Amino acid sequence: MADLAANFAGIKSPNPFWVASGPPSNTAYQAHRAFEAGWGGVVWKTIGEPTRNTSSRYSSIDHGGVRMVGFNNIELISDRAPETNFREIAEVKKRWPDNAVIASLMVETRAQWHEFVQRAADGGADGIELNFGCPHGMCERGMGSAVGQNPEVTKTIVSWVKEAATIPVIVKLTPNITDITAAARAAKEGGADAISLINTINSITQVNLDNFVPEPFVGGLSSHGGYAGPAVRPIALNMVHSCASDLEINLPISGIGGIATWRDAAEFIALGSTTVQLCTAIMHYGFRIVDDLIDGLSGYLDAKGFASLGDLKGRALNSVRRWEDLDLNYQRLARIDYAKCIGCNLCYIACEDGAHQAIALVDSKLHGLGPGRIPGKPVPEIKETECVGCNLCSLVCPVLDCITMVSVENGLPPLTWADYQTRLAAGDATAFVPHP
Amino acid sequence: MPLTPKLNAAQLEANFADIAPRYTAQQAAAESARCLFCFDAPCISACPTGIDVPSFIKKITTGNVIGAARTILTANILGASCARVCPTEVLCEGACVMLDRDNDPIKIGRLQRYATDYAQEKNVAIFRPAKTKTGKRIAIIGGGPAGLGCAAELAQLGHHAVVFERKPRAGGLNTYGIAYYKMRPAVSLEEVELVKSLGVEFRCGTEIGRDVSPAELERDFDAIFIGVGLGQSQRLDIPGEDLPEVVEAVDFIEKIHTDPLDQISLGARVAVIGCGNTAIDAASQARRLGADEVVITYRRGEVDMSAYAFEYDLAKRDGVTFLFHHAPVEVIGENGHVIGLRLVRTRFDSGGRLETIVGSEFVEPFEMIIKAVGQQEKRDWLAQNFPELELRANGGIARHPFSGRTNLPHIFAGGDCANGGREVVNAVGEGKKAARAIHEMFGLTSISGPVQPSRWGVQGGPFGAGLDAPIRVSELEADYEKLSPVSHPTPGTSALTSQNQE
Repeated sequence: MADLAANFAGIKSPNPFWVASGPPSNTAYQAHRAFEAGWGGVVWKTIGEPTRNTSSRYSSIDHGGVRMVGFNNIELISDRAPETNFREIAEVKKRWPDNAVIASLMVETRAQWHEFVQRAADGGADGIELNFGCPHGMCERGMGSAVGQNPEVTKTIVSWVKEAATIPVIVKLTPNITDITAAARAAKEGGADAISLINTINSITQVNLDNFVPEPFVGGLSSHGGYAGPAVRPIALNMVHSCASDLEINLPISGIGGIATWRDAAEFIALGSTTVQLCTAIMHYGFRIVDDLIDGLSGYLDAKGFASLGDLKGRALNSVRRWEDLDLNYQRLARIDYAKCIGCNLCYIACEDGAHQAIALVDSKLHGLGPGRIPGKPVPEIKETECVGCNLCSLVCPVLDCITMVSVENGLPPLTWADYQTRLAAGDATAFVPHP
Repeated sequence: MPLTPKLNAAQLEANFADIAPRYTAQQAAAESARCLFCFDAPCISACPTGIDVPSFIKKITTGNVIGAARTILTANILGASCARVCPTEVLCEGACVMLDRDNDPIKIGRLQRYATDYAQEKNVAIFRPAKTKTGKRIAIIGGGPAGLGCAAELAQLGHHAVVFERKPRAGGLNTYGIAYYKMRPAVSLEEVELVKSLGVEFRCGTEIGRDVSPAELERDFDAIFIGVGLGQSQRLDIPGEDLPEVVEAVDFIEKIHTDPLDQISLGARVAVIGCGNTAIDAASQARRLGADEVVITYRRGEVDMSAYAFEYDLAKRDGVTFLFHHAPVEVIGENGHVIGLRLVRTRFDSGGRLETIVGSEFVEPFEMIIKAVGQQEKRDWLAQNFPELELRANGGIARHPFSGRTNLPHIFAGGDCANGGREVVNAVGEGKKAARAIHEMFGLTSISGPVQPSRWGVQGGPFGAGLDAPIRVSELEADYEKLSPVSHPTPGTSALTSQNQE
């Protein structure tokens, strides 16, 4: 059995699965339920001066019959009194000494930051997460993403926090910024012990075409809200990679953004995260999802022969490079397995209209009849001289392993764009012939 | 006319092919993705072994198929055979919320088979050995589903279970009595190996009362679980019943499991008497073995039959014909062989009683008669070996339905010999419950049963998810009162229930 224990900037937890700051981490009751279910840590719903929330608050998009592939909210930080939250953190920590309890904080002045940091530590919190990411409501009052979008302000506030902090300080970053590494560097300069990302993305999920008010509907109006759920995962993975591969940042990362399964979590860890945080998936299915998160990740590590999370962490980091470092002479081709082809011809039309006209429709006698194909109905055939290896046909193909992309040997030496430019300048290479 | 094999091996292989083949990875992915992952899911309550169905299906969607198999098999050690033989239409799938939403339940049985087959093929160790051994020894009489369910649970709790099986191989009706196109005996025998791998000892070919005395069991073991199933078929008590071509359905089906298919003799025209699920299995297999005509005769009407609707449909698709409201009067023989069956028409009188119609008798030519009118309880064997054991009026063992306790302190019972004859999954569930009651009898901590809290409470045990769910989902509501923690007595303190659970 692989060891799932995580040590995040000195904060220990039995596994890397933390409940992200949000509605599921609002109360001690929920934290107890989370730990009973098996979660490794809980990042408390952001504590600050109590807010007042709207009714309603959430909206989502469905896709292909699946509910909530994207989810947004206009809920603000905790609407409970700080003393209630800190008291409950103390209660929870007392009952769950081996699990991580992190206090998420958001206040304004230096004095307030000092006070809240002190109260979090007094309550027994294992760490502090600074909410510099909330993209709605709080930013209008100079907090949340208003801080996270301004590296100078980020750096200043982190340094205020560090003046008072005796426990690790995690800075939660907003994705609503041109370059997230700038914010991460600012956090580092301010003295942050770790970063977590991403917070939610500014969004409008849908417009009601009868009354022209988007959801969430609040008395005839709506507002932009923070977008989360499976739909944001690729954005989060890229930002995690950007921060993890930046040697100047070099801080532990807690990955957040659309994680719903152990596979998602494994991907975040492979790109450099030490722990992961989930919220939307819990809002959809409850804390019980941690059962498969633990079981699935543990089974995966065992199957790969990894003894601990450390063996997985960062494994994919070095595979992601700048575009100019990719080999322009590498070639991939699509291959169709005719025993599997069901004759939908989606690959043909995708390539013909959407890509490079590299698939022909030919007499089915040339390839034999696959399952369910009608005699005489033409079947797709890859024009290998035209195929640029773009992947599109394999992406639209609805049959598992029917169209696969294979590497082909073309005898050409590796050549990156960077090499090409250097050699062109040195008169060492001839210019590429443009595609006809 | 002597009976003969009808078809060659190739024809038989085609006729007896799997009627519900294993899902491909893509089918499993598509079907599992439809599952809503309900909380307090009705499918769990509808499963007599309380498998956490949404949890195992969720694990299939994430590619954690071994984890899915573990979820299934820790709840139901015979998860692979139940995936094939369970009447899922009236159990988990009958309870599925997608039946209400889309009139299309999640194919839970097919997904369960996908996961258990996957684990079997990958040969991954699903179970970890029990942490501590208790030193307690339990004798399990009968190696069928109830006995296996009990033995597997006991082994996981650290006890030493010894299974005594009369036949050369364990597995009971799973090995010898399931329609061949639903499940091959190999699946059952693999499950026996799985139970063995938990440390359970098997003594096959050993009959209690013949090879080992009950007194020896009492002396050598701390507890005894009786799961001996049912015995001989009921007799028709009509002339000609003892002719050689009159066979019992269970014996006919057993032959299909012990002999090569192309050596099984049968008549060109076969009558099956009775209209339960076993009658359907016998009739469909007779057709698939090559009988030209197979007729099911039943005293009552179409609406009265105990066979499930999908079994009835299967038999009709196999070309079995039905003679409702006909009762057998005499098996006609000539030169010591069956040549026909004298039948009489029946009807319900104004008081709802079945009566024969005078003067309506006629003879139909048949070469073989299969009796499928239900099996008898092993009253004699029980009386002989456990004379103190309290039996119900119909001959079954009286036991507490939640714990399998009998009137004798160290003897527990479950499966067909106690419930009168239900599904494989009921037997496994009853064996499992008895194992937990035995564990508690030793003064050991009670076990938390379900993995997901149910609407009947978050605790384990009999009030947890589905352990006592009745066989038909429509009975769920009716049984709610009986099962609710408020009205139900604590197991162990209650009086023995002397009536069957139904």
